[in-house]
Amino acid sequence: MSVKVQVQTTINNEPVEFLCEPRQSLLECLRDIVGLTGTKEGCGDGNCGSCTVKLGDRIVTSCLVLGVEAAGESITTVEGLAHGSTLHPLQKAFLDHAALQCGICTPGFLIAADALLQKHPHPTEEQTRFWLSNNLCRCTGYDKIVRAVQAAAIEINGAAQ
Amino acid sequence: MSTTTYNVIGTRPVRHDGADKVTGRALYGADLQLARMIHGAVLRSPHAHARILRIDTSKAEAFPGVFAVVTAADFPEAPADKIVDFGEGDTMLSSLRGNILASGKVLYSGHAVAAVAAVNAHVAAEAAALIEVDYEPLPCVLTAPEAMAPGAPILHDDLPNGNVAELIRYEMGDLDAGFAEATVIVERELDTATVHQGYIEPQNATAFWSSDGRIHIWCSTQGSFVARDASAAVLDVPVSQVKVTPMEIGGGFGGKINVYLEPVAAMLSKKAGRPVKLVMSRRDVFTGTGPTPGSRVRVKIGVNDAGKITAAQAWLAYEAGAYPGAMVGPGAMTVFACYDIPNVLIEGFDVVVNKPSTAAYRAPGAPNSALATETVLDEIAEKLGLDPLELRLRNAAQEGTRRADGPRYKRIGCIEVLEAMKASPHYNAPLPGPNCGRGVAIGFWFNAGLPSSATLSVNADGTVNLIEGSTDIGGSRTSLSMQAAEVLGLRAEDIHPTIVDTDSVGYTGVTGGSRTTFSTGLAVHDAAQIVVEQMKARAARLWAVDEVAFSNGVFSANGQSFTFAELAAQLGATGGPVSCSATVNPKGVGGSIAGLIIDVKVDPETGKTDVLRVTSVQDAGKAIHPAYVEGQMQGGTAQGIGWALNEEYFMDTAGDMRNGSYLDYRMPTALDLPMIETIIVEVPNPGHPFGVRGVGEANIVPPLAAVANALYRATGKRLNRVPMNPATILGL
Amino acid sequence: MKAFDYAAPASLPEAVGLLASQPSARLLAGGTDLLVQLRSGRKDADVVIDVKKIPELNEISFNPADGLTIGAAVPCYRLTADAAIQSHYPALVEVASWIGGTQIQGRASLGGNLCNSAPSADSIPLLIALGATALIAGPAGRRSVPVDEFCTAPGRNQLAPGELLVSIQIPAPAPFSGAAYLRFIPRNEMDIAVVGAGASVTLSNGVISAARVALSSVAPTPLFVPAAGESLLNQMPTAEALEAAAKIAQEAASPISDMRGTAAYRRHLCAVMVRRALELAVARAQEIN
Repeated sequence: MSVKVQVQTTINNEPVEFLCEPRQSLLECLRDIVGLTGTKEGCGDGNCGSCTVKLGDRIVTSCLVLGVEAAGESITTVEGLAHGSTLHPLQKAFLDHAALQCGICTPGFLIAADALLQKHPHPTEEQTRFWLSNNLCRCTGYDKIVRAVQAAAIEINGAAQ
Repeated sequence: MSTTTYNVIGTRPVRHDGADKVTGRALYGADLQLARMIHGAVLRSPHAHARILRIDTSKAEAFPGVFAVVTAADFPEAPADKIVDFGEGDTMLSSLRGNILASGKVLYSGHAVAAVAAVNAHVAAEAAALIEVDYEPLPCVLTAPEAMAPGAPILHDDLPNGNVAELIRYEMGDLDAGFAEATVIVERELDTATVHQGYIEPQNATAFWSSDGRIHIWCSTQGSFVARDASAAVLDVPVSQVKVTPMEIGGGFGGKINVYLEPVAAMLSKKAGRPVKLVMSRRDVFTGTGPTPGSRVRVKIGVNDAGKITAAQAWLAYEAGAYPGAMVGPGAMTVFACYDIPNVLIEGFDVVVNKPSTAAYRAPGAPNSALATETVLDEIAEKLGLDPLELRLRNAAQEGTRRADGPRYKRIGCIEVLEAMKASPHYNAPLPGPNCGRGVAIGFWFNAGLPSSATLSVNADGTVNLIEGSTDIGGSRTSLSMQAAEVLGLRAEDIHPTIVDTDSVGYTGVTGGSRTTFSTGLAVHDAAQIVVEQMKARAARLWAVDEVAFSNGVFSANGQSFTFAELAAQLGATGGPVSCSATVNPKGVGGSIAGLIIDVKVDPETGKTDVLRVTSVQDAGKAIHPAYVEGQMQGGTAQGIGWALNEEYFMDTAGDMRNGSYLDYRMPTALDLPMIETIIVEVPNPGHPFGVRGVGEANIVPPLAAVANALYRATGKRLNRVPMNPATILGL
Repeated sequence: MKAFDYAAPASLPEAVGLLASQPSARLLAGGTDLLVQLRSGRKDADVVIDVKKIPELNEISFNPADGLTIGAAVPCYRLTADAAIQSHYPALVEVASWIGGTQIQGRASLGGNLCNSAPSADSIPLLIALGATALIAGPAGRRSVPVDEFCTAPGRNQLAPGELLVSIQIPAPAPFSGAAYLRFIPRNEMDIAVVGAGASVTLSNGVISAARVALSSVAPTPLFVPAAGESLLNQMPTAEALEAAAKIAQEAASPISDMRGTAAYRRHLCAVMVRRALELAVARAQEIN
């Protein structure tokens, strides 16, 4: 074991400090040290998107980020999406459209979709599918996920012009 | 078709566990944190077939931070003939035990050999790598035809027929006479590759073996009682000594019925005296759990001038993997299950090969065999100049049709599904252009019954708590609550479902076999009826009458009435709480028929297939929550399309899986599929009070054949191998 | 994964010094290859040196005279959002949006793609087609290597011990020039190229005055095929000419069979993908008219 490193970061708008080994991924740090287990691990090599978090101004698979790299960064996880007890429109749309079955991929999809809607307020189906192709879902066939994201886009940004 | 009107059934309420699952609060197995918990790693065989000469764990045991190491030698010997019942299928205890940790021989690359528990998962993995195993490599055999050939390497010395573990034969009528009546006969042989269920959550298990001998297991399982019973059998302890708490489950599709990690975590915990958590890597999931069999299926069908099938013959060889138990039984039973055929011969072979021991995967065995039947029928329809749906309609199974394996159908929706396909907007739309093709196929799945239990407790505020034991993979808390609400005249939101551990509810079978909404639904329905009777008795006492009526949530007699909530508030004063349980083991299972229409476009230069349009049709009996029924249909269709086009275990000649990652296993991404249209057909199952059939599985049966038929229309080629990937399409 | 230490030098000299003193160090930019390799045991490290704090490795700069400089650690998502790259190097935007998926692009860099030196690297055939050079810093100072000479074997390249990649430099696009990268994958995203083809074409009065062609996934390294480009010189960009150039590229390929495709299939795809990449490059060159 190597010497642990102290990391100061901001998670879901709150300052957070944790101690980790350099080999520990950001995903491990979030789940096992900070206790935010909403972010999931599905593959450990960046191909399923279940561990997606927002890191600074972009989304990443947190299994492919070292915890020590989060020093000074701002991170948003699925736990930070809702405003208090009010669900984010994407969360509500996923429930209204039955866009989850087992739910293990859902946190990653929500974070990825949130970033999509910030970049494209009214994404086309093609844009939505392209953006979300780093997120695997094995239950839904993606149909209801795509519909939920597009419904949330209208909820958040109004009908497309 | 379903005509009964309901208040709750058929509506689309938000699922009860929804808020937890969209906010990250829902706890899956890997999310569990316990005081003093330590973490494990499993060492796996690099060889597909080898004798284990020596295992030396001393360096691992001495590694700083290690608490315990286990090998097969730490487990009790399995009696030679003991069987473990998984509900959807049995397995020999010796196979289960041998698969969990190898002893004597390793039988596939990825076979678990030893396990370590340490202060964290990194240390455990480092220590596991220090375990020395001396192997004597043996020749391996990777496909059923090779394993059946004379001189093939033999996996098990105790199987009577080399690598053939079981031979199945179903016969009906006079096959030769039947083929003699036929004017068109087509025979084809098709292979399918080994594929994985692909659930996103890897297997995990945490166990604590207490000093009083009690074993507590937290895991991701489709069946908490099956996990309990199998773990107890492997550990050779009474079932009552084991308590399984099912955590939220991140997908299963049949692959999370067997146990892999649970007994290992328990044994590590016994040695370490601490709770031990084991979580698989994605590669472990591919190489160390149960995929579904690769297969070779030969089908011969004869049809007369009237388009009636006169005879059908099938030969099926399925790869069981390392231990007996390929899904060739259901493959054989379903191969001609959609059709009324007088003369049939079906032969099936369960063949062991040096690949991971296979497990169930959504209608296990049926897609493999339906591929052959449905492509042969497509070819026959073309020869006869018949619409492919019309040929199927002329032969469709219906009430009273006898299947070659014995049973006669009760009410079944084959004709209704075919008619719905024929009338669908999709089937009647033109194809968009050149290099495009449309394919259709149908498929059958039995669905399962099996025991289920449920308890309903009435709260003073007029809501009802539901206690049940079916792990919820896709919204079953809600489909069960809706059935209770329907009986009780309440809203779905008035029912509060909780899934509890094996000490806290009656025995409940797996969430598998499309049975939860049917069987556990029946238990909930029956418990709710008992609640109604008890509540009526309370009202009768309050009103001093003999008879109380109950309708739409209102109790009434002699012009007096109580709403459910009003009466619930008075339970304390009328004899105390109402809490009612029911246990069922239903026999009235209703089989489900599904159909698929799919349009593809093939790039003639690269062989790349794009899926343009898909319509999934299925007989749900009665759709309790239509959105989640659609979800099952869409999910099964997507998996079937992935299976048809790109997914496969790519093994090298030494039996090592070369694509054991999501990068190279190539499951469909969001960009690989269009929207998936659904048509729910409702031919109520007479064996369920609301007509439920179960919808989880039949939808994955048609896609392989529908894609093959679509590719034929697009390219003029009939392919004999799945996956029908770009290189296969070009013959390169 | 074995334990390692972590360092994040703030300057190039500091990084070079650290690298010189730590023979088993590994450089971390986006980590999308390195962390997978460390976790699977394919690589080891005593120290991981994070180069993202070095200003020079984080810069994107363009001017019409010198062209484009991309710091070795600049992640793909910054490339796809850069206005200058969007207007002058559309093919670069495409390749940066195809490496991995959205989340991978939040981390992965072209510099990392180059230094990982996989035969299947998506960006390298395009960089070769664009005539890019790699700027390298090391104990002996700085040097430049054409990208077409950078990779030497699967996972190996011209970087000597103690050296690191500073930036990738791409010449300013010539008037009436166009470039393209196309890859074949069985899915529509999240796949490794079965075959990838990069091409650039410059037109003078409708005649091809310069052309470069490179392939991925068909040889031990990304493969520059000078003869394919040379065959197009002084030719009109006709279907026949592009087809002939594609055949030359196909002849140069020496693919193997693996889980991503057979040798025969890859050879077949070489001709298809090079021809299509050339067609797109020509169309882009003509668009500028």
